[in-house]
Amino acid sequence: MAKCKYDWPQAGERELIGKRIDRIDGPEKASGRAKYTYDTNRPGMLRAKLLTCPYAHAKIKSIDLSSAQNLPGVKATLVIQGPGSEIQWAGDEIAAVAAVSDDIAEDACRRIQVEYEQLPHLVREEDLDRAQAQGRTKAGGEETTGDPGKAFQDPEAVISKGYYGIPVITHCCLESHGNVAEWPDAKTLKTWSSTQNVSGLPGQFGAGLRLQKVEVDDSNIETVCQYIGGGFGSKFSPDRWGIVVAQLSKLAGKPVQLMLERNIELEMAGARPSAYAKIRVAAKKDGTLTAWDSESWGTGGVGPAGHPPLPYVLQPPNTHWKHTMIAANVGPARAWRAPNHPQACLLTLGALDDLAAKLEMDPVEFLMKNAHLAPQGLGQVYTEELQKAAELAEWKKNWHPRGDKTPGHIKRGMGVSLHTWGGRGHTSSCNVIVRPDGSVTVRLGSQDLGTGTRTVIAISVAETLGLPVEAVKVEIGDSKYPPDGASGGSTTVGGVSSSTRRGAIDALDELFAAVAPSLGVQPAQLEAWNGRIRVKGDSSKSLTWKQACAKLGVKTITTTGKNPGPCHLNDSGVGGVQIADVSVDTETGQVKVNRIVAAQDCGLVIDLKTAESQVYGALIMGICYSLFEEKVMDETLGRMLNPNMEFYKLAGIGDIGELIVHMMTGPGYDERGVIGLGEPPVISPGAAIANAVANAIGVRVSTLPLTPDKVLAALDKGGLA
Amino acid sequence: MRRKKDRPRETNPDKTALTRRDFLKGAGVTVSGGLLVGSKAADAAPAPPEAGVVGPGAVPVTLRVNGKVHKLKLEPRVTLLDALREHLDITGSKEVCDRAVCGSCTVMMDRKPVYACTVLALEAEGHEVTTIEGLAADGKLTPVMAAFVRHDAQQCGFCTPGFVMACTALLERNPDPSLEEIEKGLGGNLCRCGTYWGIRHAVLDVAKGMKGGAYGKV
Repeated sequence: MAKCKYDWPQAGERELIGKRIDRIDGPEKASGRAKYTYDTNRPGMLRAKLLTCPYAHAKIKSIDLSSAQNLPGVKATLVIQGPGSEIQWAGDEIAAVAAVSDDIAEDACRRIQVEYEQLPHLVREEDLDRAQAQGRTKAGGEETTGDPGKAFQDPEAVISKGYYGIPVITHCCLESHGNVAEWPDAKTLKTWSSTQNVSGLPGQFGAGLRLQKVEVDDSNIETVCQYIGGGFGSKFSPDRWGIVVAQLSKLAGKPVQLMLERNIELEMAGARPSAYAKIRVAAKKDGTLTAWDSESWGTGGVGPAGHPPLPYVLQPPNTHWKHTMIAANVGPARAWRAPNHPQACLLTLGALDDLAAKLEMDPVEFLMKNAHLAPQGLGQVYTEELQKAAELAEWKKNWHPRGDKTPGHIKRGMGVSLHTWGGRGHTSSCNVIVRPDGSVTVRLGSQDLGTGTRTVIAISVAETLGLPVEAVKVEIGDSKYPPDGASGGSTTVGGVSSSTRRGAIDALDELFAAVAPSLGVQPAQLEAWNGRIRVKGDSSKSLTWKQACAKLGVKTITTTGKNPGPCHLNDSGVGGVQIADVSVDTETGQVKVNRIVAAQDCGLVIDLKTAESQVYGALIMGICYSLFEEKVMDETLGRMLNPNMEFYKLAGIGDIGELIVHMMTGPGYDERGVIGLGEPPVISPGAAIANAVANAIGVRVSTLPLTPDKVLAALDKGGLA
Repeated sequence: MRRKKDRPRETNPDKTALTRRDFLKGAGVTVSGGLLVGSKAADAAPAPPEAGVVGPGAVPVTLRVNGKVHKLKLEPRVTLLDALREHLDITGSKEVCDRAVCGSCTVMMDRKPVYACTVLALEAEGHEVTTIEGLAADGKLTPVMAAFVRHDAQQCGFCTPGFVMACTALLERNPDPSLEEIEKGLGGNLCRCGTYWGIRHAVLDVAKGMKGGAYGKV
């Protein structure tokens, strides 16, 4: 195979890539030195708070800030939505106050008098008929392939019908959304922002401010984010509260910080759309899937939210789906790690699991039999992953047909699911700088969400230059650096590893040109290896990295690496299989995860340690939304009942059971290049766990989260108990 | 109490409305020392001056944090967490739930872990407060921190300082915990990225390296 100049090194030549390497910012985080937006204390900085709407749907009749403005310590106030504005969800911003302390800003918000005219609302969407009766529905698409009507009428067909659902959940980033804004002079804005989009934020701040008649050039705006306390898809824009804090800062003439309170964060700063569906699936008696029919609905707030891709992954020849969007007065949807996939996965793999049970088939064998219905190229991946996951989960030993027949009230069950994601590397540019003293810096306007972006960048450059990871200084998190894409959709690792690989190869070329004369060879005869520049095939002729860089004289090498670019460095499209093993207490209805196994591919793994962490974390996040998470809305009040962390539940360290992660690497995977990993492993846990519960108790619990009340209700309706 | 009784008091018209935050803070004070902030939790009317009552205006507060004494002037309602983060720029402890659920604000008072969001700065007077910055004052990682790095027990890192504090306190109490004891001991801390797997191994690893209880002597 002809080697392309920038290609990743072959398996035997990799010193760092694919090894388990500690994240380079680990010590900063573990010691508490890492500074987040929330931790930014600028001299003279004010703190701002928002006044938000207590009603799900209302019109503002009047607003009076005078009492707030008169409170000592208040330095600036702002009406965000004034009289006449129609508010569409509880928690929407009405006004803001900047004061010398958090507490005074909160006191001032309480003094603001707002008169509302309440309007009718709808906040619960599980009942489609009710939403339709209230005129809250909108067509969300419909598609037919093949002849599903005929396929379902086939007398030989085995048909399973069911109802499945997954509610709205929130992002619940531990660092709430927010920014610090400071105007060093009237024309220049600097922000410290908790963002997944460092390079993209200045333009959004500029546009948002100009809409509010604050004149500022995008080129005079700088955004910094060294560390971010969670984003998961909810932090791509400055949001209205970001524009507000920049306005308050301008008004007050001081730096201002505005971080959302936890209740506001949960009410309106992040939501994953819900999805409910009535589904029919059909197969031949041998398990070959023949037809799909679904009627689904869900809400992403008052606006449209797309639809889950149904049927998910496995495409039978005859399909029909129809989706209805419900306009509910709840905080608007944001991209939530693998948008629409966890919903589609639960609906599809739940329905297929029920069909397999009806066929009296082992669901792993059922999926193997139908793996060829996956998009091109993935069938083989799923087959390998199903085999690997089944082996690690001891499937053959532990699986039993529906309903654990052993005595006692603890029932054990196993469930399987599979998923897919794209994850092609985003547009990225970087500077690689090699100085005569041997120091190396790589600089780009990227961000590390905790996925290990800094570490991946360091590994890519260090591997290319033949240096240890510590020799590369990584500078990211500032919009003044070469622009890099937002971190969403698992696009970052492919983008930054590729751009920095190309930049580092070009830097090496320049270094070889400077070094070659002193070694008496042509530049093309040189290679970087183990901290030295040496002549290929003659290791007696070499210089240390420092000696080599000294040959640059006074010249510093600065290259620009880009993605996309030449050679095949990254790709798109992964599979993934997960198996859950659970115990259900039929007396209390409590579900306990014993073990989850994940077999996951993502092409060429750069850092195995942080890659595995992504999967462990996704499994745990999956346990959270399978067993605990739900944005509980009250139709009477129109409000979220659990906008806090005692009742918006996340899993704790005692809830996770045993986790087994297997990354699919080696021939067949590595040569694909780098593919993103953030999203895919979070997709399957819902279906795998729900299927395991059905396997344990012999009956399906229709909707997530699998809370004790629902488990007991399902048992009452026909389970084992 | 060693507080001066003749401290000038200010009235604050805003204390007529009692919020959850005020309630927690008022309740916290009552429990620890019989001090009242502005008004009793159950009574929204401005309190008459009483012996031992301070505030609601700023009062002098002396905090001993990581071995260093800080003299501050704070409203009595200011939490230990806000005093650390906003007044002393000691930002390792994070504010997340702000109501004693998630543990991200965990610090130690006299080496006992507490949620700094639910302790008033006033209550911390007379106690030795240790934050994560105080664990690694010399810039070197502690065994727990090093294990967090080694086992990748952190992603975004926002919950990490709280977990490091909770793990440190757990190991000081119980240098050789079982898995069940780890799960119980760290049950008061929450993570969103899902780092529990690494944390579990980090704690087990430190405990193994410290067999014989060396950690308890730190």
